[in-house]
Amino acid sequence: MPAILPIDIVAGVVLYWLILAGAALALRNHPRLIARLVFPAGAAGALLLAVAALGALGGPANVAVLPLGLPDLPFHLRLDSLSAFFLFLLGAAGLGISIFSSGYFLTMHQRSLGLLCFEYHVFLAGMALVFLADDAYLFMVAWETMALSSYFLVTTDHSIPAIRRAGFLYLLIAHVGAIGILMCFGVMQGGHGDYTFATMRAGHLSAFWSSVTFLLALFGFGAKAGILPMHAWLPEAHPAAPSPVSAMMSGIMLKTAIYGILRVTFDLLDVQLWWWGVIALALGLATALFGVMFAAVQADMKRLLAYSSIENIGIILVGIGLTIIFHAFGKDALAALSLTATLYHALNHAFIKSLLFLGTGAVLHATGERNLGKLGGLIHRMPKLALLMLLGTLAIAGLPPLNGFVSEWLLLQAFLLSPGLPHDYLNMLVPIAAAALALAAALSGYVMVKFYGIIFLGQPREQKLAEAHDIGVMERLGLTWLAAGCLALGLFPVFVILELDSVTKLLVHQTLGGSASLTGWLWLTPIEPERASYSPLILFLIIVAGTLFTMVMVKKFYHGRLRRGPAWDCGFPEQTARMQDSAEGFGQPVRQIFELFFGIVREVPSPFDKHPRYHGETKDLLWEWCYLPIARLAEWLSMLIGKLQHGRINIYLLYSFITLLALLAFVR
Amino acid sequence: MNAVAILFQLVQDAVVVLLAPLLLGWVNQCRAWLQSRSGAGVLQPYRNLAKLFHKDAVLANNASPLFRAVPYILFACMWLAAALVPVVAIDLPLSPAVDVIALVGIFALARVFISLAAMDIGTSFGTLGARREMLVGFLAEPALLMVFFTASMISHSTSLITIVDTLAHKQFVLYPSLAFASAAFLMVLLAENARIPVDNPSTHLELTMIHEAMILEYSARHLALIEWASALKLFAYVTIGIALFLPWGIAGAGDWGALPLALAALTLKLVAAGAGLALLETLSAKMRIFRVPEFMGTAFLLAVLGMLIRSLLES
Repeated sequence: MPAILPIDIVAGVVLYWLILAGAALALRNHPRLIARLVFPAGAAGALLLAVAALGALGGPANVAVLPLGLPDLPFHLRLDSLSAFFLFLLGAAGLGISIFSSGYFLTMHQRSLGLLCFEYHVFLAGMALVFLADDAYLFMVAWETMALSSYFLVTTDHSIPAIRRAGFLYLLIAHVGAIGILMCFGVMQGGHGDYTFATMRAGHLSAFWSSVTFLLALFGFGAKAGILPMHAWLPEAHPAAPSPVSAMMSGIMLKTAIYGILRVTFDLLDVQLWWWGVIALALGLATALFGVMFAAVQADMKRLLAYSSIENIGIILVGIGLTIIFHAFGKDALAALSLTATLYHALNHAFIKSLLFLGTGAVLHATGERNLGKLGGLIHRMPKLALLMLLGTLAIAGLPPLNGFVSEWLLLQAFLLSPGLPHDYLNMLVPIAAAALALAAALSGYVMVKFYGIIFLGQPREQKLAEAHDIGVMERLGLTWLAAGCLALGLFPVFVILELDSVTKLLVHQTLGGSASLTGWLWLTPIEPERASYSPLILFLIIVAGTLFTMVMVKKFYHGRLRRGPAWDCGFPEQTARMQDSAEGFGQPVRQIFELFFGIVREVPSPFDKHPRYHGETKDLLWEWCYLPIARLAEWLSMLIGKLQHGRINIYLLYSFITLLALLAFVR
Repeated sequence: MNAVAILFQLVQDAVVVLLAPLLLGWVNQCRAWLQSRSGAGVLQPYRNLAKLFHKDAVLANNASPLFRAVPYILFACMWLAAALVPVVAIDLPLSPAVDVIALVGIFALARVFISLAAMDIGTSFGTLGARREMLVGFLAEPALLMVFFTASMISHSTSLITIVDTLAHKQFVLYPSLAFASAAFLMVLLAENARIPVDNPSTHLELTMIHEAMILEYSARHLALIEWASALKLFAYVTIGIALFLPWGIAGAGDWGALPLALAALTLKLVAAGAGLALLETLSAKMRIFRVPEFMGTAFLLAVLGMLIRSLLES
């Protein structure tokens, strides 16, 4: 009996998820059974996938050929380190999301839960197949499966027109992107007609065609990742979907696009030009700053998180750009550093954003409110959720000692080491780029204080919040897994980097782990100890010890006497919940500073209005500058083409006749 | 890492936490003198702390556990930050755990916690203070980071020890980049420590207050810890400034004989820095809150300029 390879296990999990999807359909009349059984079973698959992928991370590449698909066009599968890393990400984050879903949908009374569970597992299987595919044909099939199943998931509540619109926008941009990817593969096969990745890997393209491929890939995958200016679907689709689906889309699906960019740029193409990196860097910075600025002014908690996802994708793209620049100039040690930071951030974001989106789901479930302006004070009603969300909030704000900080730290180190590139303009751009990145990171702290403070702290802004109930066991279990992941990824970075080594070795032929673990697992020293070192565990322990020490000392030397009383508030007598900052109020300074970038519509009544109406709206200027002109152009073109159509058979016969004549003239 | 160094680290931890209020007292005293007042003496911060520690704490009815925990976390963060900065001797065993980027991170962590605590009670002033603090913070944080980056580029390291070692033992060269960085750092220092012209620590005027608005609901021991943490933060910032821009006289690695001289040099530098800070505060007027982003934007720009000059002209 041949040994079982990791790829067999992974393919087995994909099959298992598809079977679960079928089971969910069969059980569609028993929603409680689906929540109790199918979702936990899916979680078990995710766990197995994560373990198998972790095992495959350092191992040799496995290949397999499935006798499926079209005649003479079988499906090629391949599991190398890059795939294994992303499959681990899928399994680890998917585990938490599936466990949470089991509790979440149990009480949700979704009428179409069977259908949702079917799509959910097809979605999971589709994403796993994207990471496994080794030919363009299977890749596109998996990609489309993923896009379509997520479209149906987004439009779960399809009776609401706004959700149908969001779903359509998502589907549209996903397909525009898919065309880009398809063309990218078309260029890469170079006229051989062989669409396996192995041929593409072996082939050699000229600099021009390589560049075309890269730009097409950046466009195609960028549409899925939400890179500027193809981000428009993200803040619409994420809030529309049920929260576990939002978590999966933001936490995992966006990473399929990152995977695609990495696969095409570093694996399938044999040369990388430095200016690709500049484009990626500039786009990434623009995306990050745009995302965080818009996140700061949102009033809907899920929209806020969606914009924050755009920001994080931007940061990841900055890392990719930096990696390309370093790699193109042959500085592979630095390329390994920035690639490690990139992958690390992708993994961090998967954990953090899943945690936060699931948390908003729990809030939505408990209160029925998504609008920040109607929440508040939930730390008293939902203390367990509040604690877990605090971890996620601190992590996404990039604060030590949590995981978001580690990847940003690594990326900033990469920036600091970049002077000395053989290009003066690049050397000048790098400090500016580092400054922009630092600004985006700092702004995300602002955004997350707003997010957490308005939802969980303060006084409840609505009466009904007093009845909010805390999360159940399964929900807590799922969230705890993700929060523990955030903590572990933050405290033990050296172990993570050692695991990432096999990926950087595959893509840029250089590893970081050797130097990163030079002084033991406690100290993260990416280059050498004198240059930079960071020890999150020591930092964490000192802060905890310092806090406890202070508590003990204060108690010992003084007293613990405490009285409760009404809030002081500088002596103002009337205190209502309405006097706290609303979401719009908290975002006002950012809106004012960056007014140039927002399309702001204000409706302020005159002082003499009998029935004053206040209305303010912050719009995305790119809608007007980018999307609407394209839409108008498309409408205009279709109007022109529409002129050909009259609905009268004799005119159509005339067209046929003219075509025939033209063709005859052509072949003469 | 040897036993002497660990002992020295412990001594620095203790000394820093005990002496930080003294620097604050000195700044306040200098300010009083400059304003022709006799002042309360340099020991006044200690008396304030003792008074607050002895009082009974009053908590708002709806204060959450987070609200009660934050003063301790804040204190621990600031203590750690102040204890990390090498000002007397290079050998600090703790310092490699936290490089300059992580130091900025610790300040950010403390800022986020105090802002969250400010929002916890749900008063109008609390949220107002939190919003303003985060506004100042999100502009000050990248500026501070860029200042550190300029110094890091000169010494090719983000470790505070290496930076200080390089800057202290290099031949005296005037770095234009450091001049820009020091100007930016001074602006960040004023903003982050709630000093004039950005904030005024001695006012409760709702139109202008930032830091005070956040801590309105705190009393007794919690307030004492926050005040103490503020003193530690000021101390940390001043010593960072000294370490980056005036590092001369510091004792090198293993050179414990130079300690008395280094201590004397530090005292002198702290006295001068405190007096300078007081002078600066006396000469300037409080800005309108709407002007603060411009002020911080200038600091950010200066810091980026310093970094650009470093990477273009000096390398």
